[in-house]
Amino acid sequence: MSAPLIETRALSMHFGGVQAVRAVDFALAEGELRCLIGPNGAGKSTFFKLLTGQIKPTGGQVLFRGTDITGLEPHQIARLGIGIKTQVPSVFNGLTARENLWIAAARHHRGKAATAAVAEQIERLSLGKFADKVVSQLAHGQRQWAELGIVLCGAPHVILLDEPAAGMTEDETVRTAELIREINRTHPLIVVEHDMAFIRMIARRITVFDRGKILADGDVEQVFKDQAVRDVYLGREAAA
Amino acid sequence: MNLGLACIGVIGVALLVALPATLDLYELLQITLYAILGILALSLAFIWGYGGILCFGHSAFFGLGAYAYAVAVINLGESTLPLLIAIALPAALAAGLGYFMFYARISDVYVGVITLTVALILYNCINSTAGPEYHIGEALLGGFNGIPNIPSLNIPFRPDAQLEPEAMFVLSMGLLLLTYFGLTALLATRFGRVLVAIRENEQRVEFLGYDARLHKLVAFAIGGGLAGLAGCLFAAWGNYVSPTAFSVVQSAQIIIWLMVGGAGTLIGPVIGCFAISWLTLKIGTQQFVNANVVLGAILLVFVLLVPKGIVPLLSERLGSWLLSHRRLTQLPRNAATQESKA
Repeated sequence: MSAPLIETRALSMHFGGVQAVRAVDFALAEGELRCLIGPNGAGKSTFFKLLTGQIKPTGGQVLFRGTDITGLEPHQIARLGIGIKTQVPSVFNGLTARENLWIAAARHHRGKAATAAVAEQIERLSLGKFADKVVSQLAHGQRQWAELGIVLCGAPHVILLDEPAAGMTEDETVRTAELIREINRTHPLIVVEHDMAFIRMIARRITVFDRGKILADGDVEQVFKDQAVRDVYLGREAAA
Repeated sequence: MNLGLACIGVIGVALLVALPATLDLYELLQITLYAILGILALSLAFIWGYGGILCFGHSAFFGLGAYAYAVAVINLGESTLPLLIAIALPAALAAGLGYFMFYARISDVYVGVITLTVALILYNCINSTAGPEYHIGEALLGGFNGIPNIPSLNIPFRPDAQLEPEAMFVLSMGLLLLTYFGLTALLATRFGRVLVAIRENEQRVEFLGYDARLHKLVAFAIGGGLAGLAGCLFAAWGNYVSPTAFSVVQSAQIIIWLMVGGAGTLIGPVIGCFAISWLTLKIGTQQFVNANVVLGAILLVFVLLVPKGIVPLLSERLGSWLLSHRRLTQLPRNAATQESKA
């Protein structure tokens, strides 16, 4: 088997005395769709930020296709082909959806090729109805999809999504799950998510975080049956 | 949009040709000054309005350009190289400052504070150079008295052929138009569009693989160089420069032009600059109210009531008025495209 697409070795991050991520070993294979779940404060978001270079780890390594990318700047990591969608939609509010996508496409394409790449993603994600509206005027779900479009226009090799269905209505969530499965035909994905119903819609393999460590890792049904997972996550949520 | 650009071009060239023939010398000198200050307004409009870089001490680059020109032209006796130095030196200062500010990823507020501080330091340094011991080559810096008798610009490499006021007007107005269309063209390139995207969301730009720090650095250096050009023209226009070129009042004035005219446009700041400069001059001729009180009041009114400035307000009103007429005749899809542009 070739080197994993993304791999972490003993990746750690502490803020002062708080151990947010503790020696995490993680690997994502080519073509995979992986969900990261875990209760609040489990270290999912910190782990996500470590992968994308938003924060520098206090220990351990991040590897992309076998190359050490620990400590690179966010734009350098992005150039390697890691596309990121943040939890709160990170878009260019004052520009139209089409212009948003163009900025992403122009990184790889010139002139008409950029416009064509934009048109292709607008078609793929069905953004046509609101492509020429200023993004700040779009509904929350539409902004999330516009951001997916931006990420795809950046022609990434792997896509990291932080809570893609956060704050969406049920219909929008279903639509987003469809989109994610569709995107997974061409791109490997890591999805951080909170919504269990959503996880069931898209997940094949999931990794459960708890207190900065990986608690369980495996097939969806198998992990959901795991007693330790039920205790820290599902049980707590059911009780809440 | 292209129609608007064409209008501005035609009006600009018409003024360029018509004004020297119609105005008397005093008025022509005033308009020349406004054109020079218009370049200064555009330099800040580019880095603040489009790049989102909050520069509170823009007079640092303006003053440096003016002093660089003065010192160089007094020493060299010919204005071609001094003009280039007056652009290059402020651009280099901006690049150096930008490197430390943007690569250290300090927040916008601190960028404002640092640029303001740099302008204050330069002001105080130059202000305390009164005395014969402070000179660069043959040029006495003159402290708070400034540098008088600065040679005017001459035709390149012909020191004996100094520009007359008419020629100086044509040059200043021409450079203002060139700056306007140059920046418009630059903003249409990938660099310009990414710069605007950085203003909107720096993190997202980096997630797409662009180096936001480098883009901001280059934009800041361009803005610094243009402010230096304005400073050079200013010193050559009045044959005089004093430390007030570096002053906080000077910096604040540029910001007021932008706020009044509309910081998110290029034409707005030029209009704001012309209007405020003209107003300041008119108020200065009477004793009834102090000019600074009026400027302060104008700034207050605009911040509270017209936060976007005149030009965006007008284009929105005009845009929606045009739309309501066009909607009757055109397909909805075209109307939507118009709306997004307005």
